[in-house]
Amino acid sequence: MDRAVRILVMGINHRTAPVELRERVAFDPEQARRAAAELTRSAHVGQPLLREAAVLSTCNRSELYAVPDHNAAETIPALRDYFAAFHRLPLAVLEPSLYVYQDAGAVRHLFRVAAGLDSMLLGEAEILGQVREAYQRAFANGTTGPVLNRMFQGALEAGRRVRSQTALGAGPMSVALAAVKLAEQIFGRLRERTALIVGAGTVGEQLVEHLRNRKIQHLLVANRSWERASGLAARFHGEAVRWEELSRVWARPDIVVTSLAVQEPWLTRAELEKAMAARGNRPLFVIDLGVPRNVEAAAGTLYNVYLYNLDSLAEIVEQNRRARQQEIPRAEQIVEEHVARFEAWWAAAEMVELLRTLRHQGTVPDAAALEQRLERMHELSPQERRDLRRTAEELLALARLEPEAQLRQVPALRERVRRLDLVRDLFGITKGTV
Amino acid sequence: MERWYASTSCSAIIAGAREGLVAANPSAAKGRQDSVPRAGCTGPAYTETAMPTSIAALLLYAISLVLYLWLLYTNRPWVGVSATTLLAGGLLVHYFSLMERARALDSVPYQDLSGSLSLFAWLLALTYLGLEMFHRQRSVGAFVVPVVFVLALFSTVFTPHQPPAPPEAHSTVFALHVTLNVLAYSAFAIAFVLSVIFLLQNRMLRDRAPGRTFWRFPALELLERMSRSSVAVGLLALSVGIVLGLIVSRDVRGRFWSNDPKELISVLILLGYTAYLWLSRTTRWRGARASWLCVINFVVVLFSLTIVNLYLSEFHRYF
Repeated sequence: MDRAVRILVMGINHRTAPVELRERVAFDPEQARRAAAELTRSAHVGQPLLREAAVLSTCNRSELYAVPDHNAAETIPALRDYFAAFHRLPLAVLEPSLYVYQDAGAVRHLFRVAAGLDSMLLGEAEILGQVREAYQRAFANGTTGPVLNRMFQGALEAGRRVRSQTALGAGPMSVALAAVKLAEQIFGRLRERTALIVGAGTVGEQLVEHLRNRKIQHLLVANRSWERASGLAARFHGEAVRWEELSRVWARPDIVVTSLAVQEPWLTRAELEKAMAARGNRPLFVIDLGVPRNVEAAAGTLYNVYLYNLDSLAEIVEQNRRARQQEIPRAEQIVEEHVARFEAWWAAAEMVELLRTLRHQGTVPDAAALEQRLERMHELSPQERRDLRRTAEELLALARLEPEAQLRQVPALRERVRRLDLVRDLFGITKGTV
Repeated sequence: MERWYASTSCSAIIAGAREGLVAANPSAAKGRQDSVPRAGCTGPAYTETAMPTSIAALLLYAISLVLYLWLLYTNRPWVGVSATTLLAGGLLVHYFSLMERARALDSVPYQDLSGSLSLFAWLLALTYLGLEMFHRQRSVGAFVVPVVFVLALFSTVFTPHQPPAPPEAHSTVFALHVTLNVLAYSAFAIAFVLSVIFLLQNRMLRDRAPGRTFWRFPALELLERMSRSSVAVGLLALSVGIVLGLIVSRDVRGRFWSNDPKELISVLILLGYTAYLWLSRTTRWRGARASWLCVINFVVVLFSLTIVNLYLSEFHRYF
């Protein structure tokens, strides 16, 4: 007999589905609440489909974590239909992208997700917070139970440990962030610094965003055309500088970000030399995001000038990516440790439940037969009947003693789970109730 | 190897400790018998073999050093916390070791090369720990603690063979003179380490090749600032220390200045670091050039502490 499915996850992520599909099956917080509630309430198909449910939905994944009710075999197709119907999608569109993991596989999946091992950007930090929010939402909504509570708490623990004990999340992974981190390695905190932004592109704007998040004191914005400069300055909450007056402000910026579309470098070594003289050789960090380059390469050899272009930044990002990948085995090891911990708890919880059921099954029907027999023994006094009843109960308990002890003694988790199933089969205990 | 020093005030506690030491070390007991009778000593004598406390301190420093190095490669918080805790433990044990000596000798416990290195190590570790607490930056530890360890190791391995300290070594001015100078040297050592990190970090930044551990070091500006403030503290301590040294010189030799190589090089060190403080804010020198100057200055300090002390100076053999 197959083992009954007790935990499952169904969903799509960045690996299985393109962004268009991911967008269509995303759950907003309210939808996540509603879906989990509908699936755990008996309103759906007469009898509740799931005992516990939680929805995790981010821009890279939409997943449903579930503990099925009795009819485990029917749960997966039913859940699949529900998933498609909820988002008003034909099942044929959704099905190829949908994955299902069961039991330990589902647990491992969630733990890896929380650790950032399943993220598009390996080791990214946000996912841990998103898992926490998803769990808190489901918990507050009352759709989680002992299994999912334990599972999500384990996942958060594993995620936190991976973050603190491995370098899986270390080193900036985007060009803009790498540039800002470099600036911080030169200047420390950027609060009292000034940046000059020349031109604007996607990366440049991300960079400005990072600088503003770090509370940079002044943003100077220059452009060949005054209109563009003042427009960008207004958007960045900066101060526009006229192109002709650029040479006059050189003493001010500590960081220069340039991304002009020019054929020849506009910032020459001679120009920067003058700038450095104006600023008394205080360090200057020049970030050249232009293609072709905006800054003459020779300018990088000037004293106290730190010149980085798109290629050098991309190289740093690539190095970090490789460094993170080297950390994967360590992170996986931590995840496995926590999965094992969860499985141990799970097996223990199942055993307690099973033994309780066994005891219950062993007494109730037999007790009825015993009572009938006792009724017929008229010669017995009430005291003798009580004694007889107790003796019968003690005999039954004695018969259970050895199997119980045997079950408790099995040290290996897999063997224990196997025997639990065996006991279930032998005593005809319905799967899913335990 | 073992030399017994006269002890003018031998408290019961130290006497007990010493008896234990002798019992545990038969060769020390032999040395005691061989030693010349000492005038003016009423209690048991004091041995200069490596003490259990200094070995314990050395061990703690060693483990702490390994942890600081390991911290550079992993980023596990408990490694950093353990490194700091062990360093603090080493400092404490080291303190007791210094106090033990001080009480037994009734003088500053560093009137020989071994003692002065020991105190140097202790003050360096103390200064670093203060810096670490203040800036919450553990990455510098991997560079400072090795220096602490090597100094402590030398002070433990090289048990001294100098004669006992002259009577003037028991004066307060003398003690202050030595303490302030060694404090100055440890501040300079910190500045040296910070400058080396600055130069390495600067090299990586200029080469556009930051390594994995790069991101864990303090920012260039902060390194510069810490180095400058460290040198400022060192300069202050050294200036006062030199003046006190001149007073000691007058008391002992009847003249302030003797043109001794130690005096000359100390003034050179004073000038070198003053130049660093001043130049590190000028257009031409700020940044890597000033850091090089700081490194070179410390090479002069090391020269003064080793070659000048041992071979050139007439009266600075002991510190």
